[in-house]
Amino acid sequence: MSVAVRLKGITKRFPGVLANDRIDLVVEAGEIHAICGENGAGKSTLMKILYGMQAPDEGSIEVLDQERTFSSPREAIDVGIGMVHQHFMLADNLTVIENVILGAEPSKGALIDFATARSRLRELGEAYGLALDLDDAVGTLEVGERQRIEIIKILYRGARILILDEPTAVLVPQEVEELFRNLRELKTEGHTIIFIDHKLDEVLEIADTITVLRQGRSVARVKPEDVTAQDLAELMVGSELPTPETREATITDRTAVEVKGISVVDEAGVTRLRDVGFSVQCGEIVGVAGVEGNGQGELVEAILGIIPVSEGSIHLHGDDVTGWSVRQRREAGMGYIPEDRHRRGLLLPAPVWENSILGHQTRRRFLSSRVWIDDEASRDHASNVVERFDVRTPGVHTPVHALSGGNQQKLVVGRELAIECNPLIAAHPTRGIDVGSQAAVWEDLRRARAEGLGLLLISADLEELIGLSDTLLVMLRGEIVARLDPARVTPRELGAYMTGAAA
Amino acid sequence: MAAVGLALLVAALVLVVSGADPLVAFGNIWEYGSRLETVIESFNRATPLYLSGIAFAIAMRMNLFQIGVEGQYILAAFFAAYVGAGVGSLFPPLHIAIILLTAMIVGAAWAGLAGWMKVTRNVHEVISTIMLNAIAVSGLVSFLLGRWKIESESLDTRLGDIATTGWFPSLNPIVELATREIKRVELTGFILVAALVGVAYHLIINRSRLGYDLRATGANPWAAEASGVPPKRTIVLAMLLSGAVAGLVGMADLLGDQHFYSLRFPQGLGFAGIAVALLGRNHAVGAAVAAVAFGWLERASGVLEVRGDAPREIVTIMVAVIILFAVIAYALAQRRRRIEAAAAASAQVESAGGAGEADT
Repeated sequence: MSVAVRLKGITKRFPGVLANDRIDLVVEAGEIHAICGENGAGKSTLMKILYGMQAPDEGSIEVLDQERTFSSPREAIDVGIGMVHQHFMLADNLTVIENVILGAEPSKGALIDFATARSRLRELGEAYGLALDLDDAVGTLEVGERQRIEIIKILYRGARILILDEPTAVLVPQEVEELFRNLRELKTEGHTIIFIDHKLDEVLEIADTITVLRQGRSVARVKPEDVTAQDLAELMVGSELPTPETREATITDRTAVEVKGISVVDEAGVTRLRDVGFSVQCGEIVGVAGVEGNGQGELVEAILGIIPVSEGSIHLHGDDVTGWSVRQRREAGMGYIPEDRHRRGLLLPAPVWENSILGHQTRRRFLSSRVWIDDEASRDHASNVVERFDVRTPGVHTPVHALSGGNQQKLVVGRELAIECNPLIAAHPTRGIDVGSQAAVWEDLRRARAEGLGLLLISADLEELIGLSDTLLVMLRGEIVARLDPARVTPRELGAYMTGAAA
Repeated sequence: MAAVGLALLVAALVLVVSGADPLVAFGNIWEYGSRLETVIESFNRATPLYLSGIAFAIAMRMNLFQIGVEGQYILAAFFAAYVGAGVGSLFPPLHIAIILLTAMIVGAAWAGLAGWMKVTRNVHEVISTIMLNAIAVSGLVSFLLGRWKIESESLDTRLGDIATTGWFPSLNPIVELATREIKRVELTGFILVAALVGVAYHLIINRSRLGYDLRATGANPWAAEASGVPPKRTIVLAMLLSGAVAGLVGMADLLGDQHFYSLRFPQGLGFAGIAVALLGRNHAVGAAVAAVAFGWLERASGVLEVRGDAPREIVTIMVAVIILFAVIAYALAQRRRRIEAAAAASAQVESAGGAGEADT
């Protein structure tokens, strides 16, 4: 078999840090090659080097047996390398076809030749089973569909070697299967795929070869049939790992948050939540399972007070807070981990320390008087979060947009946990963070629960839900369709409830 | 530094094209610009520009593109002049306070109107403030000036004079202590008010709870909302604050120089303030530097016209070119800093141990 990409002795230094340390990587043509490693193992830097976004200090890059040096992604694209980033780069108010051809428009005189673009895209779509309606506005599409657009975008530019940066981090299980089908299709067409991931089951399922990075070095190159998920995890972290299990009950008789028969109707008049009721006790974790878009987002926003409920009431530590503002609810102790950290959880241009008090800026401990923020106390708090939750940042004054996705997530989770909120409304708290940090977050959630935290946990990771929850609710089309005992349910059964197959 | 060089080069080219000798012209600007009187005039000009810049910056910090400062300050100056003249003679601090308060209330109300339209009717602030500018300047002020004007010997349509108890003192005596006797011009005392507003702006925006909410909304309105910032109230509040400061823009001229409102009252300060805020990056000190630079360039380069080196238009072009280069240079520097911060952070992330402290 020929070699698609050969990286030899890639070394990349940043001031005072060795990000990549003599990494070797061989990707054969026509294979799906997974690169695993913790956040900070050097995966992204390596891929940025291959894609021409950064130049290596040492080492060589060979693509299809030709030595190359890229000074920009454009040069990498020219030799057939394309990359789908973790955060999609799409314009929401343009249509699918406009997004795909953006920057590479076929032209007819001064006009864009949409007819040619359309027929080429249709060909691509059919060849790889990537079905898309070309005239939909991208803003209206689901995450999985957006990802497909990104893939088509790079195929349209002639990529033969595709780099996907944590493509499954944003997908629900069904979408992951769809993606994997597409990837296999691409493989049979002769494309080479480099796949960054740290969900080990997925890696074992899809990859032909796996390279494991740890602390900037390549530590193993294995075939999936020769290793177990446990082996891989230990290669990545270098030690043994805990699982998300919680066993001994710590439930108390104090109610942290109670939702009584709430319904939510959106601006278009569509009912998004119908008669949802449950309670979360202090010391209890209530998990909410469901395919994304079945009302979980509305449930969270209604509890937080961002959107109004049309019926029913919400109670916080016994008080009826249905008419309270978000701020009043926050001041009464409500914590929030949003499903989309960039949208709801962070001020990207602001420094780490300012972000570390976001949502709690009116708390006494961060204020030096009624009017002024206590900068020093806030910075101390930020340092504490950074240290306790292993947020890798040069300092508390660094703007958050400079942090990697995993570290941003750790900052968001750490902020809520360090402030000791109760209840905590958490949507996908471990999304996008590596196995080591994931285990640490689980441990922190469990400890907080033992100390009396009432946690409402919305997650797409079924093992996380089953492992952590004391009670499991399943949402489908805005309603709670099942209450399950996590000790007695398997991911398969749960999946059946989520899709409505079991009743 | 390269930007300054390039700007001078282009400015020189403009001068050559217009038939002037750039070296002579620059020499004249420098010679005239370094005179004490010119410097004082520059500060006088910078004072309202700075206030206008701060007014714009307050709204800009939460991503409101408040281009209504123009209408707000003119309307505010008009009413303040009317009230100030109407009350006759009073105890001076009281008289001045009444005038300033009137100006701030009128400015805040006019800006608040745009904020109110935004939160209740979702009217974009650019649209509403443009309209309100037109209504204020060509509509209300012209109409009321016609009704409230007084008869005077001059051809100017004007309101009555504000009694001397409502005049803001000049700083000339203090400056003269340190320098020499000043002829013709007076350094406006209002520069102290502008400085005070600058300090308050810095503290409130960067250190207070309110400022935090404001900046959070500017950086990410969705995250701010989830953090408990009431979005509508914050928008209205930002507009009110911005409008109140806008109301002060015309006060340096009204209280320190003219002492009445007329058709010849300075216009365009609201729009010039946008450039001051942008050049100063919405920063209290940055805007001060920008305002002084603008004021100086404008005053000092005026000599070219007076001495016949170059026509007025060429001077305007030259000043604009210099500002343009400064903006570009600043944007490039900012971009480099941003990239460096990202590189430093990603280096940190990629490092294995990674808990070192390094401020960026």
